[in-house]
Amino acid sequence: MNEPVDVLIIGGGASGAAVAWNLAETRMRIVCLEQGDWPRSQDFPSNGRDWETRQSEDYALSPNRRGGIADYPINDDGSPIKIANFNGVGGGTVFYAGHFPRMHPSDFRVRSLDGVADDWPIDYSTLEPFFEINDRMMGVSGLAGDPAYPKKEPPMPPIPLGHTGEMFGRAMNQLGWHWWPADTAINARAYEGRAPCINIGHCGHGCAQGAKAAVDVTYWQEAVRNRIEVRTRCRVSRIETNEDRMAVGAWYFDANGEEVFQPAEIVIIACNGIGTPRLLLNSACERFPNGLANSSGLVGKNLMLHPYAMARGRFDKQQDGFRGARGFMWSMEFYETDPQRGYVRGYCYQFTRGFGPATTAINGMADNLIPWGENHHDAFRHYFDHQAGMVSICEDLPEEINTVTLDPGLKDSNGIPAPRITYRIGENTQKMLDHSIARGTEILLAAGGTDIVTRSPLSHAGWHLLGTARMGKDPKRSVVNEWGRSHDVKNLFIVDGSVFVTSGGVNPTSTIQAVSLYISDQIKSRLHELFD
Amino acid sequence: MINHQDNHPIAALSQPEQECLRAIAGCIIPPSFKYGIPGADDPAIFDDLLASIRRDGDALRNILATVDRNAGGRLADLAPTERCALLARLRDERPGFFSVVEALTSRAYYGNDAVLRSIGMEPRPPFPKGHDLPQGDLSLLDAVLRRGKVYRDADVSGHSV
Repeated sequence: MNEPVDVLIIGGGASGAAVAWNLAETRMRIVCLEQGDWPRSQDFPSNGRDWETRQSEDYALSPNRRGGIADYPINDDGSPIKIANFNGVGGGTVFYAGHFPRMHPSDFRVRSLDGVADDWPIDYSTLEPFFEINDRMMGVSGLAGDPAYPKKEPPMPPIPLGHTGEMFGRAMNQLGWHWWPADTAINARAYEGRAPCINIGHCGHGCAQGAKAAVDVTYWQEAVRNRIEVRTRCRVSRIETNEDRMAVGAWYFDANGEEVFQPAEIVIIACNGIGTPRLLLNSACERFPNGLANSSGLVGKNLMLHPYAMARGRFDKQQDGFRGARGFMWSMEFYETDPQRGYVRGYCYQFTRGFGPATTAINGMADNLIPWGENHHDAFRHYFDHQAGMVSICEDLPEEINTVTLDPGLKDSNGIPAPRITYRIGENTQKMLDHSIARGTEILLAAGGTDIVTRSPLSHAGWHLLGTARMGKDPKRSVVNEWGRSHDVKNLFIVDGSVFVTSGGVNPTSTIQAVSLYISDQIKSRLHELFD
Repeated sequence: MINHQDNHPIAALSQPEQECLRAIAGCIIPPSFKYGIPGADDPAIFDDLLASIRRDGDALRNILATVDRNAGGRLADLAPTERCALLARLRDERPGFFSVVEALTSRAYYGNDAVLRSIGMEPRPPFPKGHDLPQGDLSLLDAVLRRGKVYRDADVSGHSV
């Protein structure tokens, strides 16, 4: 058995890093168990000539395709949207695009405003100071004054719009629709010892420059300097409790496959919307037969994935292509509810540049734009560096039929049951997807686009994992309380996207981290009554 | 569904499988006299293709077996025009069937120095040199600002969970 610690954090991704950093000043003994390794930037695909190949192999988005030592299998046969993640220090931030919108004020009040789902027990103003801290810690580039948000001041200027952004900006102005340079967790200039972005592109498979704010190069650097220990290749299988219904620590498999117990006074779970319910359900015991913290029966339910749609066109003028960050500009024109659209809530657009040559060819053949044979070459040159478009990120409403459960047969390399995803796109979300394709096509046409291709939903885009251990004041209808503590186990906290009550229609990392900072702030301020 | 644990064996394709794959690659991207570049069945490019087969090995073998079966034995034994005609028919009948071969072929082909130069790309990894991009004209945002606020206030007491 290991030496006891004050705080055990499970998971070294976006939320685990933020909570670790924020608790460091308490001088408590804090250990983070992470199933993967520290990423090595020299291994990222953009270091090599074969970067497009490597993006689909060891740095593939799907853990089922990667099948690395740190990865656990996910049975997502029961979902039209397949799960994407990265398992290692930094978690999903190693692979995300760095597109960094906050959720909006209305996102926390969907029941009151639109009569669907539930309101959060906290609101935008609760999180606002933590958004600001997080923007500073991660290093956010952006432009103040966006009329789609309350006032905020990104610490760096925006990353380049490029030719493609300018073209879409003009098109959006022609249509009279909102657009703005995106907040991105990418350095527009050197920031806190990290280098500026040099427009490598391919942010979604690891940033070799270190300009993208993955938490292994932001929060964790400061947290480790503050004596927090990150123990890698340690996969937690279950949380142990005592007769007082308190957590006493966690069992994990170390790098040698040995099962080890780590005692702790406080346990904080930061394993994302799939890993967290998996762990809680696998921690079922005599005292908690339906899984830990699951008296509500809601652990693993209400999974939200943010279905994406995509529209892409071809333009006569050369575009930015594979150069530059993929998240550089957004539109919130269709974000807020408009009853005339036939659905409630909304989506944001994230405008996208083009692709590398191989991906252009692969997409072109799949879309029947680039043929086999002699005409391949002319067609390829017609489209390469001449395509651009957008994706819509649609708010997914919580539904109890969308679930994470334990697969009865599939197990990971340590014998821990794999998660099984059962998910379907709701009617409201489908209408939203359709709307976003129609409006996206209008934008492309306004920009002079031809040969428009659309996809809905994007099947590979299950990278926002939310809602499976939601927060609330009512223990019968939520898993954790309004400050992240389990209703059932009074020294167990959850800080990742599982606690989201609703999903908003934006990439969630900024909000996940703000929630994590908020919960850790609550822990600090309530230390003397934490378990009451 | 899941292809996990030891899921990227690099067992070499057999000689007949390689010949079938090479014939398909040559039909997907033949040489171009117009641009002065080789096809995907060029020996060096094809070697790169073979070396890149990792996680797709099983899927690829199934495709090659199906193609050879439809060729009445071996695709490579058919005349080049017959090969491409057969493959075109199969592709029409089974959309997506060749996606693995198209991906492997494209990645190998568009990693070749001569090919990259012919499409205007410098043959190098993206890092550490990166690329230049113009900042863009932020005065275009004046029109957006003139519209004013587009988000909803939400200072309503809630119906929270």
